Amino acid sequence: MTISAAEASEQVRRKDIRDRWLLSAPALILIAVAGVGPLLIVVLYSFLAPGNYGDVKWQFSTDAWFSVLFTRDIFDDTLSIADAHLSIFWRSIKLAIATTGLCVAFGFPTAYFIATRPSHNRQIWLFLITIPFWTNMLIRAFAIQEVIRNEGIVNTLLMKLGLIAAPIPMMFSDFAILLGMTYVFLPLMVLPLYASIEKLDFRLIEAAYDLYASRWNVLFRVIVPLVKPGLIAGAILVFIPALSSYVIPRVLGGGKNLMIGNLIELQFGQGRNWPLGASLSVTLVIIVLVAMLYYVKNASKSGGAHG
Amino acid sequence: MAKPFSVRRVPGFSTIAMICFIGLYLPIVTLVIYAFNAGTSIAIWEGFSLRWFQSAWNNAQVIDASIRSLQIAVTASVVATVVATMAAIATTRTVQYRGLTFKYAFINLPLLVPEIVTAVALLIFFSRVKVWTGYSGLGYLIAAHAAFCVPFAYLPIRARLESMDLTLERAAADLYATPFQAFRYVTLPLLWPGVLAGFMLGFVISLDDVVITEFVKSGGQDTLPTYMLGQLRRVVTPEMNAISTVFLLLSFAIVTIFFFLSRTEKTS
Repeated sequence: MTISAAEASEQVRRKDIRDRWLLSAPALILIAVAGVGPLLIVVLYSFLAPGNYGDVKWQFSTDAWFSVLFTRDIFDDTLSIADAHLSIFWRSIKLAIATTGLCVAFGFPTAYFIATRPSHNRQIWLFLITIPFWTNMLIRAFAIQEVIRNEGIVNTLLMKLGLIAAPIPMMFSDFAILLGMTYVFLPLMVLPLYASIEKLDFRLIEAAYDLYASRWNVLFRVIVPLVKPGLIAGAILVFIPALSSYVIPRVLGGGKNLMIGNLIELQFGQGRNWPLGASLSVTLVIIVLVAMLYYVKNASKSGGAHG
Repeated sequence: MAKPFSVRRVPGFSTIAMICFIGLYLPIVTLVIYAFNAGTSIAIWEGFSLRWFQSAWNNAQVIDASIRSLQIAVTASVVATVVATMAAIATTRTVQYRGLTFKYAFINLPLLVPEIVTAVALLIFFSRVKVWTGYSGLGYLIAAHAAFCVPFAYLPIRARLESMDLTLERAAADLYATPFQAFRYVTLPLLWPGVLAGFMLGFVISLDDVVITEFVKSGGQDTLPTYMLGQLRRVVTPEMNAISTVFLLLSFAIVTIFFFLSRTEKTS
């Protein structure tokens, strides 16, 4: 039997694709087994009943999802909104937004500064931004803790100078979490912003000045709209890890100032309500996905290719 | 004293940038300085001493956790680099085929899922597997670390591959090289900087991980970061600073090598 050239090339193509699947299989399997696959189990668990000593009972139940938002009074069975959960969600969202805002406020000028350096110096400045990013997050949180604790540098210094009589308590507060998250996530804002600002066409700014634009107008009506893709990318890159932050509230927020991540952990520790923990996890993933979709939609609208 | 007008300058931006750079480094520098404190305080300076480095060195738990951290980071990043290299070869320099977009998305998926959620998912899954198989060794931690290192290893390798064309490998094939020889003597040497970059990224990411390790580890499997997280709840001595300093030095060395590697790559 003879085969035509077209059939032969089709066979070669098929074999090539099969080989490519075989080559990528180990990575896909590894991620499926020890990465994202177990998320399906989390979804499943969120629809089961809690076991007596942690884990789950194998019976269908929507109680966990119900108690994400509501609590049932144990005496008269009346429903009320689960204030504890909602206030933690709300606090997490507020803190993540505030962190994003602070990162823009500090990161934008920094990225602009780096992008306007002579080109041979830019790499060094970028390197300086990147180093803290690659150092352990726990160590950076610990470094912030050392600076702001009661017997820390700031308080010791202020007391030595006679400006304050007693240390200002800064640890274990929302302020500490906010400071820590801004500190830790700032590079995530600077890097994409830099990529956008570097491509900025400064002739446009010159044109704006020629047309008697004030500095303020140039900044907010020329520069900011032009670097919007970088701004959105940075905001998403900061907002998502800030919202799901676990280590920083644990180290800097103490036991009282929980964020969603800590609330989830509690359900698998002392609270021992695994289905509730699972449904809280799924809720967090949904919020993150919504934020991502918003980003993708905006990125495609502004039509820019960016990282 | 008016500065010459420049269209690039925005007043105040340089000041804020300087505050950022100082702010980024001040806490780290303070942390490192107090590692050399002779006293037991992490805020009151009592003279220079190496006692805390010595005390960390003699702390069996610290050494134990450090060795475990390195074991996991090396194994996990080697595994991640190997599978990521294979996946990168399979997903670049090809015509669009069904499943290609899926592969891209799936490999990068671990970057999108909040770490705490992955940690919880692995806790549930592995605790079942531990009961079924009776095995509770380091394998779980290595697998989990390797999985979240794959996207980090994949990105630089893929970037490198995409900038390489197929002509040299075709030439090798024309000269009767077997596919393996062509890969070993042509593709791999060209790809090497990307592979090395991917490996180092994976290594640093694995070494730094706290959340997933904290949830996946069995008893007595502390890595250095989870050991430190446990210690932070107690009264902290400069020993923590000393451990952090050594840790920082290691990360700094790796990032510096990475930086120069990617720089020579660009200039060549």
